[in-house]
Amino acid sequence: MISDITLPFYQYILEGGNGLTPKDDALHALRQEALTRFRSLGLPDLKTEAWRNTNIQRILKEQPFILQQQAFPVTADQVAPAFIPGLSCYTAVLVNGHLQPELSELPAAKDVTVSKLSDAVQQSGFQAFFDKHPHLAEQPFAALNTALFADGLFLELKANAVLDKPLHIVHIYTVTQHAFLQPRHLWIAHPHAQATVIESSLGLHPDAVAFVNGVSEIVLEENAELWHYNLQNMAENSRHVHQTAARQQTYSRYHHYNFTLPHATLVRNNLSVALNGSYTETDLHGLYLATGQQHVDNHTFVDHLVPNCNSNELYKGVLLDNADGVFTGRIHVHQDAQKTNAFQQNNNLLLSDKANINSQPQLEIYADDVKCSHGFTVGQFSEESLFYLRSRGIGAEAARTLLVNAFAFDITDQVHIPALQQHLTEQIQQYVSRETISN
Amino acid sequence: MLTIKNLHAEVDGKEILKGIDLEIPKGEVHAIMGPNGSGKSSLASVLAGRENYTVTQGEVIFEGKDLLEMSPEDRAREGVFLAFQYPVEIPGVSNINFLKTALNEIRAYKGLPALEAKEFLKLTKEKQQLVDFNANLMNRSLNEGFSGGEKKRNEIFQLAMLDPKLGILDETDSGLDIDALRIVANGVNKLRSTEKSFLVITHYQRLLEYIVPDFVHVLYDGRIVKTGTKELALELEEKGYDWLKETVVHENV
Repeated sequence: MISDITLPFYQYILEGGNGLTPKDDALHALRQEALTRFRSLGLPDLKTEAWRNTNIQRILKEQPFILQQQAFPVTADQVAPAFIPGLSCYTAVLVNGHLQPELSELPAAKDVTVSKLSDAVQQSGFQAFFDKHPHLAEQPFAALNTALFADGLFLELKANAVLDKPLHIVHIYTVTQHAFLQPRHLWIAHPHAQATVIESSLGLHPDAVAFVNGVSEIVLEENAELWHYNLQNMAENSRHVHQTAARQQTYSRYHHYNFTLPHATLVRNNLSVALNGSYTETDLHGLYLATGQQHVDNHTFVDHLVPNCNSNELYKGVLLDNADGVFTGRIHVHQDAQKTNAFQQNNNLLLSDKANINSQPQLEIYADDVKCSHGFTVGQFSEESLFYLRSRGIGAEAARTLLVNAFAFDITDQVHIPALQQHLTEQIQQYVSRETISN
Repeated sequence: MLTIKNLHAEVDGKEILKGIDLEIPKGEVHAIMGPNGSGKSSLASVLAGRENYTVTQGEVIFEGKDLLEMSPEDRAREGVFLAFQYPVEIPGVSNINFLKTALNEIRAYKGLPALEAKEFLKLTKEKQQLVDFNANLMNRSLNEGFSGGEKKRNEIFQLAMLDPKLGILDETDSGLDIDALRIVANGVNKLRSTEKSFLVITHYQRLLEYIVPDFVHVLYDGRIVKTGTKELALELEEKGYDWLKETVVHENV
């Protein structure tokens, strides 16, 4: 079914125009196929189950977005604020999805390849894994991305490679008119490889709105381990729909940390992990701190396809002002996936009468010898805790900050890089003490 | 140090304090006793600034300043400390971080610089020993999983660290066995000085054997109905509060 949409380039695509797909012969068939898939999936609306709490059409119709594929020049000084103080790391700076080697400090090419995705099309890793994640096929925004993406980051860790420092990927978005951007990334960790990747972003478009529809495909082969920190500190004039699709082979370990902070108006994360091999470990940690008019929607999906896998999910939300939060945690345990351990927890702190949270677990369990649990809480500040702190001379503002940090502690404490942990704690502090808390 | 004049207060529209007059000079320990529901803990709450109480009449002057005008944090910064009857557990806030924040906010209010890490640790050690507080509890979350005795001891430890002018102990003895009571009382006694005053609120005379007060006031139905020396506590213990009710009723008639 084709949804009604007034967006110029959308309309063009939905109505059958093919001229917008980049002209690269190697991917031509794939793009055409994705375009057809996007047309048949249509744009989600409020009747689409996975989107019933996020009115994406309204957000798309706000602005007449053009499709933007190129990067604009950015200077080192402009990039500097994106770096995390005291963090020793490699850096990969992307502008509108295009890697800028001259602004980056990439690791030596011995064990790891970091390149533009467009340069990796002929590589075996690309051909084996690109657009192969089963969950992406069901997602309209992923199909749109496959059809239209221009570039993104290709990261390939060779077998047994251990990256000695974290790789910090800085996503810079810069547009001069309201634009729709589609970065596309593929990361592959071959057997026994290990790395830490930190993502953060910087918006250089005060006067125009950027709508970023990104896809990250992540492959962990046997016994590979990846720590993936995603710091979503996007600019106010931005809307983000991001698909992260990971797949894990036997004994691999994937640690995902998602921090959604102000100020992007819309953040929708579709995080899905397919467990294809046994004895895997999957940790999904999320913290969303939303202020103002922010709408933050986390959809997670852990697909237990085989026996003996462990997944552990903890998402915590702090919602201020008029912020709106959505959490949907889907766990699917297939019939063959005996001895699965799958745990999920979502806790929320509402710091304003106008803030809102909508949380929904979706457990589908078809195996009989499993341990699964889920839980959801929503609360406000304990007045008694606040009074206790104030009665010791701690000002109301500082007391609130202490309590928010205490709430977030379960997540921030899991961050195993001290400089990043410090940075996050400071960011949280800054947003909580700056915002007016009406409670 | 503290002057309470004709203090009336209500909670949810119900009058709890019905005209309290009390004067606590510097260096003295005053005990307030009374049956359940007489308003003892309400008095402590009003003095510390708990927000669900509304003062409808009267005044409270602390060191020459109007206490009722101040926020709870400013009262603490001026030197009022309430040891809670039920100390709150706050997971995720470490005891040590909490104390450092409190101490430095009080210092900032007084125009003093924040304590250096080294000085803070030194002070912490000294006060831990003074009130016999287990050092292992310092890095734990505030009161989380503490036993009843540990929580009360933590209150006294905080009192020692923050060094207030007036310490209000709200039924600090409730729920304590005799050993814990002795340790808590010992801590308080070590902190007694000619510069510090205490208001000790208790239901039982037992605590006053260890923290010997200069004066004992009996609170009944929101008013102080009797004031005496420490012997009054013994008399109450012996005769119970019913005796008092009869006396008060008799006097009112």
